Amino acid sequence: MLNKNQIAKRIAKELKDGYYVNLGIGIPTLVANYIPEGVSVVLQSENGLLGMGPFPLEGEEDPDLINAGKQTITMLPGSSIFDSAMSFGMIRAGKVDLTVLGAMEVSDNGDIANWKIPGKMVKGMGGAMDLVASAKNIIVAMQHTNKAGESKLLKKCTLPITGVRCVKKVVTELGVFDITERGFELRELAPGVTIEEVKAKTEGRLFTDGDILEMQG
Amino acid sequence: MNKVVINAEAAVSDIFDGAVLMLGGFGLCGIPENCISALVKKNVRNLTCISNNAGVDDFGIGLMLKQKQVKKMISSYVGENAEFERQLLSGELEVELIPQGTLATRCMAAGYGMPAVFTPAGVGTEVAEGKEIRAFNFNGETKEYLMEYAFEADFAIVKAWKGDTLGNLIYKDTARNFNPLMAMAGKVTIAEVEILVPAGELDPNYIHTPGIYVHRIFCGENYEKRIEQRTVRKAV
Repeated sequence: MLNKNQIAKRIAKELKDGYYVNLGIGIPTLVANYIPEGVSVVLQSENGLLGMGPFPLEGEEDPDLINAGKQTITMLPGSSIFDSAMSFGMIRAGKVDLTVLGAMEVSDNGDIANWKIPGKMVKGMGGAMDLVASAKNIIVAMQHTNKAGESKLLKKCTLPITGVRCVKKVVTELGVFDITERGFELRELAPGVTIEEVKAKTEGRLFTDGDILEMQG
Repeated sequence: MNKVVINAEAAVSDIFDGAVLMLGGFGLCGIPENCISALVKKNVRNLTCISNNAGVDDFGIGLMLKQKQVKKMISSYVGENAEFERQLLSGELEVELIPQGTLATRCMAAGYGMPAVFTPAGVGTEVAEGKEIRAFNFNGETKEYLMEYAFEADFAIVKAWKGDTLGNLIYKDTARNFNPLMAMAGKVTIAEVEILVPAGELDPNYIHTPGIYVHRIFCGENYEKRIEQRTVRKAV
């Protein structure tokens, strides 16, 4: 079983040289710490920045420079700044190569729910609905089950959905899953995890008949 | 032509009860602090506020929420504000949550003189309820899009870094965000700036908002520029 950092490290292996990448809040943010050597990517922050760098050194925080999670950040050489319409314009036009998002639920046809728990949480969708409606390549990074131990990989989302048929890949602490016409296809299994455990914790249609590699964080 | 007003109080003096306002900013970054303070002091009420976020409990739009000046918020993300959540759950406050790109584009459409735009964001979700849906073949695929209307706002209130006496504006870093879009979209646009210079001093090549969109401008003071999430790294 992998921890959050190992999940992020595994996802970082999906990054290819030259990619423009949007990383969501939570585990996806950690992906930036594991960009493979020799791979150069540009991080997009949907509040209006291409070229997001690491957090600033203490004392160098600038209130005018934040990421979409409202954290203080820095800009790398070659960065550009733009307004929110252009930011979502480049997302809508398919210019962003990879989007990594967290989720509360994913269904076996690629629907995602991550913005609302009726009666409980009313924070809003932020940029998530725009991202999932347009991104070509969406990876979900999340825990396999919720706090109550229930599967988050479902036949059908129970929470209000953020987007339909858009998720291509799910990476959890248990494994890596492609979403195909059939449903969740197990591609990689985390060390120390059995297929039986994955089956028990996956409510949606699951297929384990392909080649299954060991998942490396 | 005289667009310069003396201060925030003068700039917001004719904002009336029940007005529809746009307020620039992302989180607490690039928010019109001076105008918000003046609106709190004026205690104008029953406002509809179009803004990506709703501030925090004791800063930004949160200050207007605390005084119950806001009837309706139109936003994309409203976390980090306990008073907001309380008013929402008790039914005192009406809230319309819309995707962030849709919010930006509805401002842009207003400023570009287009009554509506089509976006795929929200198709198949509760955001699409009651909206016109059309399928377009575009970019090599056929997809459904929602029709979203341009916003109509009585006043747009924005914050820029530099401005000149003709209302030309330049923003700084990610404090740009929604500000230039909202600046284009108000029936009356009010800009507060950190540095106000005479017309002619800004390089025309680097103007983000042309002055034609701006009706009133003033030099703000005592900017707090509160940081919502202070994150740092250790020196190696």
